[in-house]
Amino acid sequence: MRRFVLIAVPYLWLIALFLIPFVIVLKISLSDVALARPPYFPQLDLSQGWEGLTSFFAELDFENFWFLTTDDLYWKAYLSSLQIALTSTVMTLIVGYPIAYAMARAAPEWRPTLLMLVILPFWTSFLIRVYAWMGILSNEGLLNQFLLWLGVINEPLTILNTNTAVYIGIVYTYLPFMILPIYSALERMDDSLLEAAEDLGCSRLSAFWLVTIPLSKNGIIAGCFLVFIPTIGEFVIPSLLGGSGTLMIGKVLWEEFFSNRDWPVASAVAVILLLILVIPIILFQRNEQKQREAEG
Amino acid sequence: MRRFSWFNATALTLGFAFLYIPMIILVIYSFNASKLVTVWAGFSTQWYGELVRNEEFLNAAWVTIKVAVMSSTIATVLGTMAAYVLVRAGRFSGRTLFSGMIYAPLVMPEVITGLSLLLLFIGIGLDRGVLTIVLAHTTFSMCYVSVVVSSRLVTFDKSLEEAALDLGCSPFEAFRLVTLPIIAPAVISGWLLAFTLSLDDLVIASFTTGPSATTLPIKIFSAVRLGVSPEINALSTIMIAIVTIGVIMASLITKQAAVRQARDERMAERPA
Repeated sequence: MRRFVLIAVPYLWLIALFLIPFVIVLKISLSDVALARPPYFPQLDLSQGWEGLTSFFAELDFENFWFLTTDDLYWKAYLSSLQIALTSTVMTLIVGYPIAYAMARAAPEWRPTLLMLVILPFWTSFLIRVYAWMGILSNEGLLNQFLLWLGVINEPLTILNTNTAVYIGIVYTYLPFMILPIYSALERMDDSLLEAAEDLGCSRLSAFWLVTIPLSKNGIIAGCFLVFIPTIGEFVIPSLLGGSGTLMIGKVLWEEFFSNRDWPVASAVAVILLLILVIPIILFQRNEQKQREAEG
Repeated sequence: MRRFSWFNATALTLGFAFLYIPMIILVIYSFNASKLVTVWAGFSTQWYGELVRNEEFLNAAWVTIKVAVMSSTIATVLGTMAAYVLVRAGRFSGRTLFSGMIYAPLVMPEVITGLSLLLLFIGIGLDRGVLTIVLAHTTFSMCYVSVVVSSRLVTFDKSLEEAALDLGCSPFEAFRLVTLPIIAPAVISGWLLAFTLSLDDLVIASFTTGPSATTLPIKIFSAVRLGVSPEINALSTIMIAIVTIGVIMASLITKQAAVRQARDERMAERPA
């Protein structure tokens, strides 16, 4: 009995507030827009019994998904989200790997402090960290002031409200997610392997490519997924740092819902976004499981 | 022996400069006398004064704290239960669905979570406000709590619980007297994580709130959309200070707990 209650309470909570809402999104994505409240059609009318149920299902169709393919805004937004997510994941890896590497090579008594310094920004508000860049990247911002003072440029660069600013924002906010898994892979690495490689005639650089990189592979894969997956649906960064030319699907969904008030299309956008995410999520889970098995 | 190398020193310096300089600039410019955020015009604390007098921000801060305390507390209870079920309950029908529902919200884009919950609340005719934000935040943060707590539950020795049961404890007493003290650090960090996630959330709160409840991130977002403002810098500085103090305190407490636990274990191993 106790066991039953223990299982049932969180189970029912998740069904009511995670699974059912999702089924509702799916259902509304198959409905039509109506000038009513709620602004979609059909409504499920259980009072009409079986007939109400069949007529309800008969009214559902894939029109909204068809609409998504006809307006090129949507597939352009999906493609550009994927491209932005991919590029910024690679950039985060390039920035994050040397930091993780240096942390793993630091003296052991320093490592907890370094680790805390990486984690600390993660606890600070995401919104504030994105906002911090707005004052730096704007035309009269500090970066431009600095570059003008150095004499590198003669007139301010336009960075804020472009895709460049979005990349900077993503690399900045997601950097801890890249550093931590790579660090934990590198920290466990046995140093004598590197010495052996060097004894056997490897240069330090080729020992790095042939020993260190393969041994940190799992950390790299985990870090890349941890950056790539949330970036695709990102909303805050493109809307604060990006410009009108920045197309990301999270922003499109938001505008479809709050500005256009087209719930069925917003739901269809959400369903497709989730279908796109399923592949990397499954790959990520596989990688995690393989790693657990290798350790266990 | 590890060699000190210039490469590593440079990587660390540049890396931490990149992570911290934007926030340091934000803090410095919150003490700027000028309304123009990018021009330094001398030291002043006037923006903090304006912030304290700004009723809208104070109300939003109060709503945010209420939501965060309620949602993180419920999420900690539910998440600990869920972790216990995942690690200890063995097989039951629907287990795969259960663990799927625990892990899925962690990778679900916030826009989808927000949209789906809003459609649910409208569907059942629930008035949107503090209650709906609490429900939404509880749902995603209980998943984080259960991941944190279950990773602690996996590592601890099940035989301790069994010993308590053999010695006549009821299952609830065994949980309260044996399991809970051992997993307490994980439960506390789960609560802290849930609290910060709730404090931080803009997207899900924007979808699930109504006109009666505005949280601080929603307020900040709408102010920031119009551009950089020194008041927001002052507010950010206060939030950064609170988080920094909190994280440093938490790490000191866990360090102490680890030392104490190591000592207890040594004592326990010593032959009587």
